[in-house]
Amino acid sequence: MNTTRRGFLAAAATAAGATATPDFAHAEDHDHQVVPSDLALRTKSLESLLVEKGLVDPAALDAVVDTFEHKVGPRNGARVVARAWFDPAYKRLLLADGAAAIAELGYSGAQGADIRVVENTAKVHNLIVCTLCSCYPWPVIGLPPVWYKSAAYRSRAVIDPRGVLREFGLVLPDEVEVRVWDSTAELRYLVLPERPAGSEQLSEEALAALVTRDAMVGVAKVALPQKGARL
Amino acid sequence: MNGVHDRGGEQDMGPIQYEKDEPVFHAAWEGRVYAMNRAMGAWRKWNLDASRHNGELRNPADYFRMSYYERMFAGLTELSVKSGLVTLAEIESGKPAPESTKATPPFTTADAAAPGRYRASARRQAAVSPRFAVGQQVRARNINPIGHTRLPRYARAKSGTIDRDHGVFLFPDTNAHYLGEKPQHVYSVRFSARELWGEQAKPQDSVYLDMWDDYLEPA
Repeated sequence: MNTTRRGFLAAAATAAGATATPDFAHAEDHDHQVVPSDLALRTKSLESLLVEKGLVDPAALDAVVDTFEHKVGPRNGARVVARAWFDPAYKRLLLADGAAAIAELGYSGAQGADIRVVENTAKVHNLIVCTLCSCYPWPVIGLPPVWYKSAAYRSRAVIDPRGVLREFGLVLPDEVEVRVWDSTAELRYLVLPERPAGSEQLSEEALAALVTRDAMVGVAKVALPQKGARL
Repeated sequence: MNGVHDRGGEQDMGPIQYEKDEPVFHAAWEGRVYAMNRAMGAWRKWNLDASRHNGELRNPADYFRMSYYERMFAGLTELSVKSGLVTLAEIESGKPAPESTKATPPFTTADAAAPGRYRASARRQAAVSPRFAVGQQVRARNINPIGHTRLPRYARAKSGTIDRDHGVFLFPDTNAHYLGEKPQHVYSVRFSARELWGEQAKPQDSVYLDMWDDYLEPA
């Protein structure tokens, strides 16, 4: 096992140089990290090697990209949320057994097998983070955005959630209870946002169209469109 | 391992950079790296915890300089070489070694369309008794292992309350190093924000962490 701290200063001093000259001969040596000079080219080269060796099927890679670009994303989670707002029995199931309720709508899979849905109310606001890596309920809302994986968000979400929410433009009243869910194990969390006041007449589909990824992570509320905007 | 990946509670990383209408992948190579990482994982030559630990070994300067998918590319390359699926010489040349035989990829287009097959669940059916009960006061142990752990530094030696018993899961601290799965209960533990951060926190606020049995002791 490498202790990594050894040589940290030396590595920091040469990091810029390492970017210019990738050095795979030291791939096992973390004092001299592998840094590709051109990731697009390096990725292409690695893929062609893996394909030639029969280690990966390029069609399967296409299908993974297609799955996350076109099939799995926040629209899925929005349908779950809208159903919960629309159907009290579904909401009860969703809060009691997130995975089962989500599977009812046809979404399941990795990082979704054990999912807990936490409900935002006028009194309680939930926020999701992974301080150790990038755990995120991706079968329901897709791959995480860059900010969710960023050091800034992962650092401060637990120590200053109200400050983080202010950066997102969400100012919570002092008396609201903030619960931060640090998903560092194999449980995944999804926020059931508060249904916006004035949405009583909306159809389930129209409700789903209002629900954003940010609201399901807990950094935003769901808002009705501006007056005059078409649903 | 106490490393820079363990971000919770740091305050020096500046404002959060929000991108409006962010694409799933910012460049085609990011999607290819993500997909290759999934597909190569299907060889089961390493497990998720080992792969996380490999990422934690990245030195801090590189960790902060590299993007998420750059780190994934580096990790995939390192694990592929370490596990013997490819050699360094092959990566440098981009060509299979002359003596290398052609394998059959275990990860298919059908797998790709079903994210449920991307990775095995960490939940175990083992009959292991829980050491703690819902409502019980517990303290996170003050441990500083040099290996992999999912007990963040900011929670160590802090007291909380068991909120829920999630059932039995394999233990990442041993699994990452291929020292066995050591299945045990994982609990949702509520830590008050004041316990973690002192008087600057609101008294009603809290952080919930999922904690393995081995991370906890009675308070």
